Amino acid sequence: MKVSLLVTCLSDALFPEVGIATVRVLRRLGIAVDFPQAQTCCGQPHFNSGYHDDARVLARHTLRTFANGQTVVVPSGSCAAMIKLEYPHLFHEDPVWHPRALDMARRTHELSDFLVNVLGVEDVGARYEGKVTYHMACHLRGLGLRTEPERLLQRVKGLEYVPLERADECCGFGGSFSVRYPGISGAMVQDKAAFIEKTGVSAVVATDAGCLMNIAGCLRRRGSAIRTLHLAQVLEKT
Amino acid sequence: MNSYAQHEHHDFLNAVRQALADPPLQAALVRLTSTLMAGNRRGYAALADIDALRDHAKLIKEHTLAYLDRYLEQLEMSVQKQGGHVHWASDAEEARQIVLGIARQTNSRRIVKSKSMTSEEIHLNPALEAAGLEVTETDFGEFIIQLAGERPSHLVAPAVHHTRESIARILSKYSGETLPDEAQALAQAGRRLLRQKFAQADMGISGVNFAVAETGTIVLISNEGNARLTTTCPRIHVALMGIEKVLPRWGDLPVFLKLLARAATGQALSVYTTLITGPRRRGETDGPEEFHLVLLDNGRSRVLATPFRESLQCIRCGACLNACPVYRRIGGHAYGGVYSGPIGSILTPLYDSVVDNPHLPHASSLCGACQAACPVKINIPHMLIGLRELQTHQRGKSRWEKLTYHLAAAVLQRPWLYRLGLRCARLVLRPLAHEGWLRHLPGPGTAWTEARDFPAPAPRSFREQWRQLR
Ligand code: SF4
Repeated sequence: MKVSLLVTCLSDALFPEVGIATVRVLRRLGIAVDFPQAQTCCGQPHFNSGYHDDARVLARHTLRTFANGQTVVVPSGSCAAMIKLEYPHLFHEDPVWHPRALDMARRTHELSDFLVNVLGVEDVGARYEGKVTYHMACHLRGLGLRTEPERLLQRVKGLEYVPLERADECCGFGGSFSVRYPGISGAMVQDKAAFIEKTGVSAVVATDAGCLMNIAGCLRRRGSAIRTLHLAQVLEKT
Repeated sequence: MNSYAQHEHHDFLNAVRQALADPPLQAALVRLTSTLMAGNRRGYAALADIDALRDHAKLIKEHTLAYLDRYLEQLEMSVQKQGGHVHWASDAEEARQIVLGIARQTNSRRIVKSKSMTSEEIHLNPALEAAGLEVTETDFGEFIIQLAGERPSHLVAPAVHHTRESIARILSKYSGETLPDEAQALAQAGRRLLRQKFAQADMGISGVNFAVAETGTIVLISNEGNARLTTTCPRIHVALMGIEKVLPRWGDLPVFLKLLARAATGQALSVYTTLITGPRRRGETDGPEEFHLVLLDNGRSRVLATPFRESLQCIRCGACLNACPVYRRIGGHAYGGVYSGPIGSILTPLYDSVVDNPHLPHASSLCGACQAACPVKINIPHMLIGLRELQTHQRGKSRWEKLTYHLAAAVLQRPWLYRLGLRCARLVLRPLAHEGWLRHLPGPGTAWTEARDFPAPAPRSFREQWRQLR
């Protein structure tokens, strides 16, 4: 099987190790991965802020870049949700692009969705020594992926899984929200960090670079030594 | 001016700052919303077919809204057949005049009210008081709010922002005695004070949770029993409903009864479910002599014809408020409208003005917890984005913001420019970083670093490493 990787702009620029880990996990499972070089950003920031014409420009760019008909794997629920749920909506009245949007929506999968629901794999053969907890990214709720990442984590050898209080409460990232309302967003991420610290883990896992940069930035500010890891980074380890 | 606008068009940011700096408020909000949200989850989990039930409820609402005119006329006929009167109010002022007219005609001086957000929406109490009528709110929370001269800060727990101490203070001042700040004693005092009012009242005003078109029945859901007293003790009963509250059939009712209390508090049913079909009939021993139903439009039919129609499916259960991490931190008053929380952030701009409420659609991380909790699965995040989109077409929207997004799109659609941009960002930001993190971002990024560090761009992006990965 062959898939195309949509690495997301945040991972590309800020956390390339997430993309690398994703590639390694997929390859270990016998999946060939290619990386369409023209990819940039899926347009979600524009869409969420209401600039829908600009979002359509970026959506068309992404649709063109991934027009090869292959399965697309995204290590981010947020970008996957943009493609799966919002692209068809954005081109609702466009006879040319709507079918293309529907097509890409159908073959795009967030990483844990791809592993568990497409490949049917929960044990990816990973080993990670340590106590970790898991924060549920909000867009996984939108995609209906309520248990997939936890199921993957629980099959990692050596990993001690500690549930997080209010795990599915938003960390306060929300893209432009975090910059428009730093007070509210800051209060949210401070609470999230406090709950994480309470678990006594050495690392917190999430599936989205947005949540990770927010939570990591806050843990650092609090002087905490807890690491933040993308799910792929845990699944990568053997 | 629309009645939604009569509340302070206050400074949202300032209200937020105040709320965030108010630890007792924070504690009260967390306590209430955690309890109610736990209830919501428990309530939903208790039904095996909950998902199908919620979808079914949504279909009923969609259908009803598609044929709203027909069902409203059917409701009118059914109510009249039962001996009730029906009044149509196109806006808040008309609704107020209708209620005042009924009071005048029936010689009513003392009025008791059970909880009704719709009456808040039309600012009924000040109008009644200005006409020399005595109005008493009889829901305990609403009573406190009324005495304090405030507005409800939650759909179903209007006085959540009060503590036992502040309630004791307010009630003591009103009753002229010194009441202890104990829940039991305060409830007893409230009950004693309110019973008098029920006994003396000429007119009772209630809201409506559901109205069944085929039977002319109105349904009231409450936990305190005050709705029953309000609708049975006085001679006159006036029920005020937004036109979206109609349900076609008697058989639709159980679907919503199963959902409303579960969504709101987790109860299988609330303590009182009151079904009223017309006034007292010959030979009956209780009930009002006259029953009046006021059907309020107040912008609803306008919204019906927009992409925001889905907002009319709301049954005002408050679940989205409880689920919302933003509401939980800023409380209801910060929203500045009659309705608060996620659904308020849609209703206030829609019914008041998109231009005058620039913050509400943006003050959400779009986390979707509201939709997940909503009994009719209203896609609140989508509507917030829809409102943001409306704003971008409005004059007065910051040109800089528009330009920034537009420029970003121009860069991002050209991979070479994107790569160049990335390299520039790295050149600027990496020298400022310590161990790969920035403590202070320049420009608009300052807001980010107020609360947390920011990751500097990686020394080599993923795409620069891809070649080796191959
Ligand atoms: S939007 Fe949904 S959750 Fe919110 S009050 Fe209305 S019905 Fe309840």
